[in-house]
Amino acid sequence: MSRLRSFAAAAKPFALGMGAVVIVWQAIVWSKVKPTSQIPSPAMVADALGGLWSDGVLLSSVWNSLHRGVLGFLMSILIATPLGLAVAMVRGVRSFVRPVLSALQQLPSVSWVPISIVLFGTTSTTVYAIILLGAVPSIANSLVSGVDLIPPTQWRAASMLGLGGLRSVRRVVLPAAMPGYLTGLEQGWAFAWRSLMAAELIASTGDLGSGLGNILTVGRNSQDMSLMLAGVALVLACGLLVEKAGFSPLRRRVLSSRGLAVV
Amino acid sequence: MSTVSVSNLSKIFNEGKANQVGALVDVSLSIEKGEFVSLIGPSGCGKSTLLRLIANLLEPTSGDIVVAGKSAKQSRLDQDYGMAFQQAGLFDWRTVTKNIELPLELKGWDKTKREARSREMLDLVKLPEFADHFPWQLSGGMQQRVAIARALAAHPPLLLMDEPFGALDEMTREHMQAELLSICAATGTTVVFVTHSIPEAVYLSNRVVVMSPRPGRITKIVDVNLDGHCNETTRERPEFFAAITAVREALRASGSHGHTGVGVEDR
Ligand SMILES: Nc1ncnc2c1ncn2[C@@H]1O[C@H](COP(=O)(O)OP(=O)(O)O)[C@@H](O)[C@H]1O
Ligand SMILES: [Mg+2]
Repeated sequence: MSRLRSFAAAAKPFALGMGAVVIVWQAIVWSKVKPTSQIPSPAMVADALGGLWSDGVLLSSVWNSLHRGVLGFLMSILIATPLGLAVAMVRGVRSFVRPVLSALQQLPSVSWVPISIVLFGTTSTTVYAIILLGAVPSIANSLVSGVDLIPPTQWRAASMLGLGGLRSVRRVVLPAAMPGYLTGLEQGWAFAWRSLMAAELIASTGDLGSGLGNILTVGRNSQDMSLMLAGVALVLACGLLVEKAGFSPLRRRVLSSRGLAVV
Repeated sequence: MSTVSVSNLSKIFNEGKANQVGALVDVSLSIEKGEFVSLIGPSGCGKSTLLRLIANLLEPTSGDIVVAGKSAKQSRLDQDYGMAFQQAGLFDWRTVTKNIELPLELKGWDKTKREARSREMLDLVKLPEFADHFPWQLSGGMQQRVAIARALAAHPPLLLMDEPFGALDEMTREHMQAELLSICAATGTTVVFVTHSIPEAVYLSNRVVVMSPRPGRITKIVDVNLDGHCNETTRERPEFFAAITAVREALRASGSHGHTGVGVEDR
């Protein structure tokens, strides 16, 4: 019950903000600066969403994109976590892998799309490759920074308890680096989701089941502004859903159990 | 066989660099099973360094360390000792109970045994009502008591303590001193104890090792003979005062730079 109330309290400013956006948007439509074929009204976009819903396209697209995004993100975690730990804790590995990770992190993973299409075709392999290239460096790098920030007193306490190697990873290193690691996961999800949308937009044909990117492509091909805006709204909603339902509660729990401020 | 044996031990930090520090030079010390030995000396004389070398948290520059008949590293990995630091060094994501239970968990104790022991330890350090608190919710002195409870939890044969009572008020400090002595008497634990309080060293120890700085070395070892430790009248006995005087004089004599006893308290 109290969780519901705190959710309602958090949702209120968000609803107000979105309400303001819709009002400004409607005002622009009424002022007739552009025809509704270029700036459709909120009602038209809502209609387009309704159409997608009754076609069954809405749920299947959301499902296709979300499950690809989440699966790619989970694969990224499985790869990035041991990689980040190895870079943070093994000096030999660190010296040559860290620069590669940093280079990859600043490179937009979309730039790999053409190469990936040539290599794998417009298949889900391409989509996952792009997600991994976007999310893995970001998660691994944040984990390295998280481990670097563990205070010496904690390392010393771990050593004097006879902890070393893999045993210390589970009991001390990962929990102590958890705040940084969580930031990395959130960032990693953002990268995974962006990369997925880019990949879906560019590689929207072939044997890939249609996702949200596909709605945007169909809208563009038929010059249907309402449909494209409906697509944008769905991409936004999915991203927010994962952030608010997945990461926010997790972050709150981890930070508050450590006496760190919760924002 | 001695529990801790240190021979010709030297530790130089940042060797060969501009900020080189000779923290310990040619230190030899042998501590028998069941003995309580205090290290005392002005701050910076290498007390913590010596303790960390014995705990294998540092590698010596030269010399040998044997703990419980093994290399220092092996006895660290075997959890042969419990240690309490100047800074508590607790894990923030574990509750007080979970912190105390960690060494037991690592030794493979089952849940009921662990819980029973951690309750016993919390009573000992007088924090039973804080079992489910997190370390950051406690004061500095309370955190230090939790760290002591963690060090004692597994009843290790060797205790290494670095100014463990430093952040405690006088009442709690005396309580903890008495408890420590009774645990040692009951279990035959060997203790190496760093302090800068002369009365504390004398009250607790069989031997007080006096150290001097720059370079850190042992200048004198004072034998304390207060049989029948652990009672309220100890602090009023003439032997107690005699030992205090002996330690103070040793500290004074070791100060070749004229500012002896800096950082050593008489309380
Ligand atoms: N990690 C370190 N790096 C460099 N110098 C150190 C380090 N630890 C201790 N020292 C130096 O070694 C000397 C002894 O320190 P320490 O053992 O902490 O003294 P004490 O515990 O007796 O006050 C001091 O001069 C200190 O500055
Ligand atoms: Mg010290």
